[in-house]
Amino acid sequence: MNEENDLPGQLRELLEDQRLAVISTRTGDQPYSNLICFVASNDLRYILFATTRATRKYANLMKESQIALLVDNRSHGLVDPFRALALTALGKAVELKGTESAQALGIYIARHPHMQEFVSSPSTALFRMNVEKYILVRRFQDVMELQVTL
Amino acid sequence: MSMAIEFQDVGDEQRELVGGKAFSLCIMAREGLPVPAGICITTEAYIRYLDDTGLRVKILRELNRKRFEDMRWEEMWDTSLRIRNMFLKTPMPASLSVSLKHDLPGFADGRAIAVRSSAPGEDSSKASFAGLHDSYLNIHGMDALLEHIRLVWASLWSDAALLYRRELGLDVESSSMAVVVQEIVPGSRSGVVFGINPNDPAQSVVEAVYGLNEGLVGGQVEPDRWIIERAGGRIVSHHSPLRDRFVLLAEEGVKTEPLPPDKIQAAPLADCEVRDVQRMVLRGEAIFGGPQDMEWTYDGDRLFLLQSRPITTVGETSTDDQRPWYKSLHRTFENLKELRSRIEEELIPQMLRDADRLAVRSLASLNEAELVGEIEERALIYKKWQDIYREEFIPLAHGIRLFGMVYNDAVRPSDPFEFMDLLGATAMVSLERNRALEDLASAVRNDASLRDALGRGVIPESFSERFEVFIMRFGDLFESLPGANRYGERLIPFVLELAGRKPLEERGTGSDVDDRREVFLSHFTGKKRQEAEEQLDLGRASYRLRDNDNMYIGRVKAQLVKALDELGRRKEQGVFVPRPVAWSGDVASVIGELTRTHSPLTADAEANGFSTRARQIVGQPAGPGLATGTARIVMDAADAFRFKAGEVMVCDAVDPTMTFVVPLAAAIVERRGGMLIHGSIIAREYGIPCVTGVPDATSRIRTGDTLTVDGYLGIVIIERDDS
Repeated sequence: MNEENDLPGQLRELLEDQRLAVISTRTGDQPYSNLICFVASNDLRYILFATTRATRKYANLMKESQIALLVDNRSHGLVDPFRALALTALGKAVELKGTESAQALGIYIARHPHMQEFVSSPSTALFRMNVEKYILVRRFQDVMELQVTL
Repeated sequence: MSMAIEFQDVGDEQRELVGGKAFSLCIMAREGLPVPAGICITTEAYIRYLDDTGLRVKILRELNRKRFEDMRWEEMWDTSLRIRNMFLKTPMPASLSVSLKHDLPGFADGRAIAVRSSAPGEDSSKASFAGLHDSYLNIHGMDALLEHIRLVWASLWSDAALLYRRELGLDVESSSMAVVVQEIVPGSRSGVVFGINPNDPAQSVVEAVYGLNEGLVGGQVEPDRWIIERAGGRIVSHHSPLRDRFVLLAEEGVKTEPLPPDKIQAAPLADCEVRDVQRMVLRGEAIFGGPQDMEWTYDGDRLFLLQSRPITTVGETSTDDQRPWYKSLHRTFENLKELRSRIEEELIPQMLRDADRLAVRSLASLNEAELVGEIEERALIYKKWQDIYREEFIPLAHGIRLFGMVYNDAVRPSDPFEFMDLLGATAMVSLERNRALEDLASAVRNDASLRDALGRGVIPESFSERFEVFIMRFGDLFESLPGANRYGERLIPFVLELAGRKPLEERGTGSDVDDRREVFLSHFTGKKRQEAEEQLDLGRASYRLRDNDNMYIGRVKAQLVKALDELGRRKEQGVFVPRPVAWSGDVASVIGELTRTHSPLTADAEANGFSTRARQIVGQPAGPGLATGTARIVMDAADAFRFKAGEVMVCDAVDPTMTFVVPLAAAIVERRGGMLIHGSIIAREYGIPCVTGVPDATSRIRTGDTLTVDGYLGIVIIERDDS
């Protein structure tokens, strides 16, 4: 298949190559952004991330579960605007508890072994983002939308 | 480090710094071959220019607008012109020009010099791509020298170079260009020599013309040709052409003139000179360790070597590779002038005669076998004109491009396509048809009772007469459209739709064009002004014919469509046996292309648990402006007649027979790309935003989507109500 038209393939490659994403939450009308470590599920429907409960981000998530994530492969060079991919994921974040959390923890640590201590701490919450839509920007202005279908 | 190195000072390790052409010249000069004095401007100068002016990012932006794989040759030419304009409009930083002025005084004392491209990697035995980059002759003085160095740099990104980008390894971050600045030898006889004849490795080939080599290399002067045995130098054969012209130095650049009578009968070289030229190429072969292809010139009886490059084995080229044809579309002014006369004076009258001859034949009286025979004849006539269109008419469009370069070099506009506004004031059949339609619409707009009558399906006699005149004049253009049967009935609602909106004014007429023309011509004086006027005239003819030739060939096509419709109608009525006719050969391919249904995909792909759709697509900005409207995919006449005022026309590849819709459109979006395609031309005429070269436009956009068309940046934004 033409790589250009294999959008899920491009998404998967980007999400596997990158470890960090920008998360956007909000309090009232005020948007708020942070860097987080993430891991995406094989079918690209879910994205796991963690945050300590004392953060503003956690407080925001408790009030408003609708979030956006930005993942990109920019290299901070001249060619970035034309060659970098920027992927925005839109969806709802759900705090994982019990068995679900234990299973997700294994997946998260396998991707980010150096975060084991952080993510295993009782003060840290593990979230699953249920992705509703991806928006992929290529070559600066070419924008494709991928709606997750049931 | 100095950015200019004289030939004799270039070391073996500096090959990449001075480029392939310069390095060969330096080696030959070092070995004592007669090379005119010269100096190399290294790739360092190019790199510094790009980095200090910020041009590198701008080139990156131009080249990354869309994927190369999705670009047509025309788009590459547009891209190349935009980049060339950037180099024209961006002066050298002071530090760079001071440095070069310091190094080049010996070549800027007013004598005639040549400024030649010398790309690293070019002319090596692995890659020989002659004619991809530009060289300039007969340049005088420092300012002109520095300017032409910039133009040679710009030609690193020529359309031909973009076509062969993979083979060249063309890359904004790593590619660069060196320049050779060299004394001009005012040669009276010049030519090329191939150390090995491609058809017989035991022979060499010498080609010679009177005057400068540009006549031979540019293809406008046919050379004398000698075949010589490599061993012993015996001349095997001599071919004499019709000698009638030669190229010589003009006040600036070069010019072509008729050959004086005494030279017409005499070959440019004596046999002993042919052997001298061959000896030189064999010496080059010994120096470089492989057979060479050299350019040379005689100044009096003194032989000079101008260029040497290895003869490369031409690999098998795929018959699907269209690039040599695209490259061949570059024509000289002289060649285009001849082509224009042939097209205007011979071909178009012949084509119209063919159309008229077919139009008067009665189809109704033919039996089935006769009608099938008639269709076959019409298909072959149409095929003949399609072939001529490709071989003769399309190349004439280069006259537009040639004028664009002349205009941009003189005026240096911010918009590299401003020159099109000057070409637009010309008699285009498509615009005449649209004006006639607008006249009909205007009558309806101003007469409420007429409007009411037409709305009720009644055509008052006074209007009927006007309508018939329109049909007489332009009817066969509609007949050539697929799905346009009963177009007369559909035209009335279309005219009503046109009458419902305020008339769209054409640009490109009146005093502003005269003003632009004067501004353009004010950059020239004396003979140069006359040449500029001729360039403008040729540009206008190319522009007009580009649109009109489609209309004329449409008339031939209409006769084929008419005969096919007649056959279909009689089969439908049961007059003929209703089984399909088995067409064969060229007839089958012509009819197949004609009856191919264009069915746009209606949905974006569902893939791996996702439904995907384009939200924003990037094409080429082809008509400035911003507009929002409802999309309508226009693939055939039926779509066109359904078009409503204020909609955005989305099409695959529109030709002038379909552009009657444009006055209703808020904007145009087209899959086929280029500034000189019909969609772009007519959008510019009406000042409508237009984006072309939108990949898969008709499958990624649906009729009913809300589109915002950004004709400044070449972006189409798609909003769809998913509910």
